[in-house]
Amino acid sequence: MSEMRLIEAVRDGLREELAANADVFLIGQDIGVNGGVFRVTEGLIEEFGPNRVIDSPLAESGMVGVAIGAAMNGLRPVVEIQFADFIFPAFNQVVSEAARMYYRTNGEYSVPLVIRAPYGGGVRGGLYHSQSVEAYFAHVPGLKVVVPSSPYDAKGLLKAAIRDDNPVLFFEHKLSYNTVQGEVPEGDYTVPIGEAVVRREGQQLSLISYGLSVHHCLEAAETLSAEGISCEVVDLRTVRPLDTATLLESVRKTGRACIVHEDNLTGGVGGEVAAIIAKDAFEYLDAPVQRVAAPDVPSFPYSPTLEDALLPGTPDIVWAARQLAAY
Amino acid sequence: MPDNGGIDRLRDSGLDANDAQQIYRHMLLARAISEKSWLLTRQGRVLFSMPCDGQEAADVASAYALNSQTDFIVPYARSLGAMLVKGMTSQEVMLNMFGKAADPNSGGRQMPMHWGHKKLGIFSMGSSVGTTIPRASGVALASKLRGEKTVTMVYFGEGSASEGDFHEGLAFAGVYRLPVVFLCNNNGWATSVPVELQSAEPQIAKRAQGYGFPGVTVDGLDPLAVYQAVRTAVDRARSGEGPTLVETNTIRMMPHSSSDDHLRYRTQEDLDAERELDPLPRFRDFLVSSGLLDEESDQTMREAVDQEVEEAISYADAASSPDPTTALDGVYAP
Repeated sequence: MSEMRLIEAVRDGLREELAANADVFLIGQDIGVNGGVFRVTEGLIEEFGPNRVIDSPLAESGMVGVAIGAAMNGLRPVVEIQFADFIFPAFNQVVSEAARMYYRTNGEYSVPLVIRAPYGGGVRGGLYHSQSVEAYFAHVPGLKVVVPSSPYDAKGLLKAAIRDDNPVLFFEHKLSYNTVQGEVPEGDYTVPIGEAVVRREGQQLSLISYGLSVHHCLEAAETLSAEGISCEVVDLRTVRPLDTATLLESVRKTGRACIVHEDNLTGGVGGEVAAIIAKDAFEYLDAPVQRVAAPDVPSFPYSPTLEDALLPGTPDIVWAARQLAAY
Repeated sequence: MPDNGGIDRLRDSGLDANDAQQIYRHMLLARAISEKSWLLTRQGRVLFSMPCDGQEAADVASAYALNSQTDFIVPYARSLGAMLVKGMTSQEVMLNMFGKAADPNSGGRQMPMHWGHKKLGIFSMGSSVGTTIPRASGVALASKLRGEKTVTMVYFGEGSASEGDFHEGLAFAGVYRLPVVFLCNNNGWATSVPVELQSAEPQIAKRAQGYGFPGVTVDGLDPLAVYQAVRTAVDRARSGEGPTLVETNTIRMMPHSSSDDHLRYRTQEDLDAERELDPLPRFRDFLVSSGLLDEESDQTMREAVDQEVEEAISYADAASSPDPTTALDGVYAP
């Protein structure tokens, strides 16, 4: 065990999988000598060479298309999209090709592909370096979508994603790279895709979240605890497939649910979770399901005064939870 | 009297008499399947078809330049001739046309003529054209990284060359000198839009210069010219020299698909004139004049091809449809 930043845990996972399996290779913009714009892949080209860490032309659809072809021909590519905001040129390759390859070939061709991308705001990145894009992909059958919140999960889930025979979207909150630290075991372990985890036990309401927002939920739960409101925090970890059993178990216990994500409200993962709760935990609910999310604006604006006005954070969760507890 | 010039041309293109007959037979078979499939759609027995009439020389002769055992094809919907050369049987094609459970392309999940056959090295295509082009570069990348001497050939029309994926796929292949052949069938029409509206420079092969590798345009109605150009490209790829863009100028004798009416945008005179260029009688005349085929063996071959297709249709028509309880299966690999 050693204390690691989330960025180091991702790098650790990549390095171990590159070392363990000759079929694994990385492809993306600036991931070679530059080590990626966030330095996630720093040192990997020196360690594994340019055939395993491939700098791509500036062409997201092309690099994902290339990766799908390589995956169909027996390799296990890991694509880095520089910012999640830039994934849209590759949307057709991901949705029309990777996601439905196994289904459309009646199980002949699988696409063991991982696409990593830093997401999220709070870094003054403006409209095109701040987006959350998980909901677009969580809608698509055939994809798995993972959003880790801790270094332990980032490494374990990434290794599981690389070993998975399906296309996996892996979103890392860019603000968490250097601000979130935690214990990470040395050597091999995986965290199974599709399993949520209860981060904090509580009795009165369930805060359900994923990614960096989980940390805001934990802070809120601490604040609320001092006010006598006992919150459970559920970290979904994977937003497709959703671990419905774990989130329903929590809501059936607490009777109140608040879903939290940084993505904007409408059509977000929170709506899907709310529908699951409404259908399968209806009799247990003591209050309407709440959602804390970014407002429906086109991502976060650049100016700090504007971005701070829109970023959902700990105070928003505390406020919503108080309303919910008082209902 | 045999025309010795024909024999010389055959030899110069690197083929022998048997190769020429094989190419001719595959062209006949592709045409027969295409024509029968069209009739089946008119009868309502098959729901969709994309005819390859006019493209047989380009597809068959190009695929003939590959090692059919080890090389890969990334096809598009008009690649029937190439599929047959790569080893897909008439029965398998008809199982696909009828959307039956045993269809190796997709088990009835995709529309007809959406090819993909893993055992034969045919990489699955969808309907969103052009996505195949960077994918082919990726297939070739995997072969190269493993140190294999495998060549990948991707087929597409000149309409697909307008997609951004064309540019991205070729750029990547050029940078990493990948063993891939980009084969553009330029038949002048993307459904109803003529090539003049795709680009102010309608010769697609010229674009290769922008990616740092050769581009050649050949008469796609002449199988020997196609074979020669593609063989050069395949050899170049296999020896590690990188990709080539080969443009075959072909014709589209039929509508875009069974759902299209080409008289909405083409004149009958234009279609009649194009039919005069049909590569099948042209190649037959070449073979006959070169002493490589006589009327009797031509007739025998045509009858055998027709019988093969009729038997395949009967077989596929009688085969089982997919079990509706399997419609939810296979969304995820285990």
